[in-house]
Amino acid sequence: MDKVMRMSSEKGVVIFTKSSCCLSYAVQVLFQDLGVNPKIHEIDKDSECREIEKALMRLGCSKPVPAVFIGGKLVGSTNEVMSMHLSSSLVPLVKPYLC
Amino acid sequence: MNSTSTHFVPPRRVGIYEPVHQFGMWGESFKSNISNGNMNTPNHIIIPNNQKLDNNLSEDTSHGTAGTPHMFDQEASTSRHPDKIQRRLAQNREAARKSRLRKKAYVQQLETSRLKLIQLEQELDRARQQGFYVGSGIDTNSLGFSETMNPGIAAFEMEYGHWVEEQNRQICELRTVLHGHINDIELRLLVENAMKHYFELFRMKSSAAKADVFFVMSGMWRTSAERFFLWIGGFRPSDLLKVLLPHFDILTDQQLLDVCNLKQSCQQAEDALTQGMEKLQHTLADCVAAGQLGEGSYIPQVNSAMERLEALVSFVNQADHLRHETLQQMYRILTTRQAARGLLALGEYFQRLRALSSSWATRHREPT
Repeated sequence: MDKVMRMSSEKGVVIFTKSSCCLSYAVQVLFQDLGVNPKIHEIDKDSECREIEKALMRLGCSKPVPAVFIGGKLVGSTNEVMSMHLSSSLVPLVKPYLC
Repeated sequence: MNSTSTHFVPPRRVGIYEPVHQFGMWGESFKSNISNGNMNTPNHIIIPNNQKLDNNLSEDTSHGTAGTPHMFDQEASTSRHPDKIQRRLAQNREAARKSRLRKKAYVQQLETSRLKLIQLEQELDRARQQGFYVGSGIDTNSLGFSETMNPGIAAFEMEYGHWVEEQNRQICELRTVLHGHINDIELRLLVENAMKHYFELFRMKSSAAKADVFFVMSGMWRTSAERFFLWIGGFRPSDLLKVLLPHFDILTDQQLLDVCNLKQSCQQAEDALTQGMEKLQHTLADCVAAGQLGEGSYIPQVNSAMERLEALVSFVNQADHLRHETLQQMYRILTTRQAARGLLALGEYFQRLRALSSSWATRHREPT
């Protein structure tokens, strides 16, 4: 979906969330802890929420939110972000986008 | 010509409330053993002479046939007939096998009965809550059974009991091999088994969380001291590192760097999940508290809260995922021997917490 592609490249680190999703919030907190200020898209506040959800699932997310994009590329959801961080592969990825 | 008749009665399931029946055509000594409820193998099992049967005893045992029993004169026979030694050995093997089968059946019966007992206690609880008077001889809490009427939880509790037993066995084994000599390949196998055992626990908890997430979060399935340290339904990954690290003698520079990074990233991930949980608590509280004063009906609040609670399952899964990844990374960073020591330290830590719980529970019972 074009809109999703556009939104995911708006900034170095982009996270699609829902305002009610607390796990999305946890991922957001993690990136902020790393010194990154991610762009947050609360898709439940978007008129095209359904389409965005479907597009995210089609891209390979098991759950629509949280969906993390770094440098315009889909990194994954909470599981992937946590695994990457513990194996020290997340920090190098976000290095170009530190505040 | 040897008779082909066999005199086995098929193994019976031993119900724990039934007296153990006599096995019909066997010798007198065996009869008295059985009527005492003795589960041990008898000294003689009477089998007719037939060498061909030795390898096929398992097939023959299910057929009980009539016929005259053949008595053996042990001493005289074996010295003159070496094939009778073979037969005796086969008889013993068969006896042992049957004994194992009986034991297995007995244990299965016990486990079924235990499940039934759990269900009965849950029904009692339900009856009490509905206002019926039920004799208070059995306190379900003190027996440690789940308060829910959930078969998924009852199954989990039983599985967890087995898990702890296997854990204790593995710890013993690690302790033994680390004091002695063991080659790296065998040690690696032990370490991988221990890791898989933890991963198995996370899988079990995932099913249990689907059945009743509050139960997993409460830690009621663990001992009291373990519950004290509970973080989202289990141990803190950062605590894991604290327990392991003092036990590593020499770490290379690369290992030190990796461990340092792991400590930091583990702490950050943990903090992120903790904050997510706090947000969940706030939103849940807001949900429950919402609405006008004195409305009377609380169904809308309860319904919206129920939706929020689904998220709790995801949090438990994420916390276990974090535990899984922390263990995995430690395994990657350490040598096999270091990993074995680490796993032993971790296992013993939990054993000590469990021992602490028992000591604490019984402290008032000691005479002063």
